[in-house]
Amino acid sequence: MALDSKSELREFKIVGTRPLRPDGIDKVTGKARFGADITAPGMLVGLVLRSPHAHARIVSIDTSRAEAVPGVHAVVTRADFAEPGEDVADILDNCMAGAKALYDGHAVAAIAASSGKIARDALKLIDVVYEVLPHVTDVDAAMKPGAPVLHEGRTDETVPEGLSPNVISRHEFGHGDIEAGLAQADRIVERTFQTEATHQGYIEPHACLAQMGPDGQADLWCCTQGHYMARNVCAEILGLEQGQLRVTASEIGGGFGGKTTVFLEPVALMLARKSGRPVKMVMTRSEVLRATGPTASSSIDVKIGMTKDGRITAGFAELRYQGGAYPGSPVDMGSMSAFAPYDLEHVKTIGWDVVTNRPKQAAYRAPGAPMAAFAVESAIDELARGFGLDPLEVRLKNAAREGTRASYGPTYPAIGLEATLRTAKDHPHWSAPLGENQGRGVACGFWFNFGGDTCVTLNITPDGTVTVSEGNPDIGGSRASMSMMAAEELGIPYEKVRTIVADTGSLGQNEVTDGSRVTFAVGLATIEAARAAIREMCKRAAMVWGIEPEAVEWVDGAAQPAGPNAGEHPPMTLAEIAAIASNTGGPIAGHHEANPEGAGVSFATHMVDTEVDPDTGAVKILRYTVFQDAGKAIHPAYVEGQFQGGAVQGIGWALNEEYIYGEDGVLQNAGFLDYRVPVASDLPMIDTVILEIPNPGHPYGVRGVGETSIVPPLAAVANAVSAASGVRMTSLPISPPKLLAALHER
Amino acid sequence: MSKIHVTTTINGDPTEFLCEADETLLDVLRDRLGLTGSKEGCGTGDCGACSVTVGGRLVCSCLMLGAEAEGQEIGTIEGMAEGESLHPLQKKFIEHAALQCGICTPGLLVAAKSLLEHNPDPTEEETRYWLAGNLCRCTGYDKIIRAVMDAGKDMREAS
Repeated sequence: MALDSKSELREFKIVGTRPLRPDGIDKVTGKARFGADITAPGMLVGLVLRSPHAHARIVSIDTSRAEAVPGVHAVVTRADFAEPGEDVADILDNCMAGAKALYDGHAVAAIAASSGKIARDALKLIDVVYEVLPHVTDVDAAMKPGAPVLHEGRTDETVPEGLSPNVISRHEFGHGDIEAGLAQADRIVERTFQTEATHQGYIEPHACLAQMGPDGQADLWCCTQGHYMARNVCAEILGLEQGQLRVTASEIGGGFGGKTTVFLEPVALMLARKSGRPVKMVMTRSEVLRATGPTASSSIDVKIGMTKDGRITAGFAELRYQGGAYPGSPVDMGSMSAFAPYDLEHVKTIGWDVVTNRPKQAAYRAPGAPMAAFAVESAIDELARGFGLDPLEVRLKNAAREGTRASYGPTYPAIGLEATLRTAKDHPHWSAPLGENQGRGVACGFWFNFGGDTCVTLNITPDGTVTVSEGNPDIGGSRASMSMMAAEELGIPYEKVRTIVADTGSLGQNEVTDGSRVTFAVGLATIEAARAAIREMCKRAAMVWGIEPEAVEWVDGAAQPAGPNAGEHPPMTLAEIAAIASNTGGPIAGHHEANPEGAGVSFATHMVDTEVDPDTGAVKILRYTVFQDAGKAIHPAYVEGQFQGGAVQGIGWALNEEYIYGEDGVLQNAGFLDYRVPVASDLPMIDTVILEIPNPGHPYGVRGVGETSIVPPLAAVANAVSAASGVRMTSLPISPPKLLAALHER
Repeated sequence: MSKIHVTTTINGDPTEFLCEADETLLDVLRDRLGLTGSKEGCGTGDCGACSVTVGGRLVCSCLMLGAEAEGQEIGTIEGMAEGESLHPLQKKFIEHAALQCGICTPGLLVAAKSLLEHNPDPTEEETRYWLAGNLCRCTGYDKIIRAVMDAGKDMREAS
């Protein structure tokens, strides 16, 4: 559905304001029910036994001692699951190990008991015999011939001979002739960058409650970014019909991509099936860090040529991502996004997807893009500074704009990168003075954004209020945004609309809350559902007035005759039409089902000031400003919140956060004390500037905003550290010991 | 092992419960008393999602045993609003959009209330350090800090 032609001139009444969110009171009073907050009569507690080894063949599992414990009602291993279909085989294997445990923390068995204490004690009575195998956790080591092999036969036809079977696939994007482009450069920078795996770090651990009857009807309550996904995957793994498994999404305590798959849910359903009782499972933080998420770690070679006046003549990157124990790292998206902000004649990226003995990576906010941007934006910064050029000017000179052929193929429609760069250049932050050991960095970022299957039903109640049912868990205020768009279309107050997240029995298929898609796609469907309801309400008014429906228009929340030829009739409000609906054909609703294209790419420029302590290597963030194109900000406060949250996750990735593995392949920092996410005292305020370059693919011009905001900060912070210290850090995180060592080497 | 009988006060209500000797106060609140507003984000005192007050002191309820509640005055998020009337901090959190997912919100509110009781006029830095034990992964803290300081201002003006 295209941008409304009148949209640029449209005077919004509700869109663009900052109403209170409908779930606010529940969430500030403790009433909101998250994944672990529900109980069921006769409920059992489910716990998982996890592998202590990074890589081991499971020789045998003896559950008999555990099963004999009073209070234990079911024990589940992989033997309880039927051979899965190919599309869920890795998902099941990740939820419950088959022949091998592939990483520290991999589930090998599960138990359901009448209390947590009994379950914990009984877990210790499950006897697993492991044959420990050599392991590999580093991406470059895993690619070499002779590296410990996780799977045989998973390599696809894109991979040349001579590499380890851990190399799964090779991806290539770009156009032009790199060598010819490099030949035109006055200087070439060639560097290798590394980023460690980081976890999404949602504060709510995974949790679910499952129950299943002998008739095959099942119910699942879980914290997830997509309960329709959970339904489809669990139904296939359990051999249930999708229509018989009803999944209800709880309130979700953060996801950032990490709750776009299942971990506990199929296991809980299997325990419920075996025990005949409801089973609740809740992960500990240690389990979350060891066995869910994180994102991929990466090793990236970059080669960029530039003329002395700042024109990029060629850009090349080779990206190696390990995505844990199964194929599917986001290296393809990293390779596509690496040079996406720039208009380049010669550009090429090669991506390698690699498996290692780590937990299977899960999507993390713009999956694959932040590490690629770190490498490319660091190299561009080095070239710009080497020539004494303004890094914003250099980016402006090379910026992609409408009509640019993107490095990954398509030609851009109207986009907002230039606007973010120009706004950044004019912002007081850019010219503010800096002190000793302080430096300023900038970087750009890009994300594709996404549409996906979407259903919305909008019901007009008899008293003239409105309910909107949508199928996407509200992870950051989206119910408010949907109510705003419905109210805007219908011409009624925001408070007259209540939006709910419906269970899987209530709507058709909905893609998960991912790809920054919800405000775009669910918003679009909400607008269309409202327009469908309006058409019906105009029809009802026409019936009352005895005129043709085409002679009725909808203005300010009421039907009115469209012109003098339609006759003289006083307007009928939504509430008036709703009140007589029963006599004019029955209840009134609008609905819309679609898989919308045209999500509209989004760009950002970030600016950050840092101070480096030369004695300790500690980096302090002094000031931070985000400039990002939102297309159209429906609820600006929640758009700002997405910008700020993404920036701070990126700061954590740049400075603190990392997965640390020992020689034994065991994760050494599986807790929030040692896996240190940014805390309030680490940070300044995060300033934001919302740009609005309308997305041609949405009636109001909305672009997704959730993911782009994590793409620039890794490079922006590294560039600021370089400006402050004179040291170019090519490996994240820039932890104090690492930076101190680099300062000493200088 | 027999359970321990505990008599305590929670949000002003006289309360009795039985718990295991090794059971945390958080588990008692959530699993025995149905007070699920306090959240378990880590179970190791690192995230603050389970923040409660014990005799007016800010505590991670995952680090305290249920048995230690004997004779104490416990305050949880469920006791923060008075009837239909929200605490100024609760109002300001909603107004400032200081929550996205909302899982850290109860702990942050309990901690922020404790801050303002100890220091009614905190600087931004004092606010940031007081709340450094409460992790939020969604907001980057900006709107939370603003909400807390704004609530403090309103409370000072009202008193």
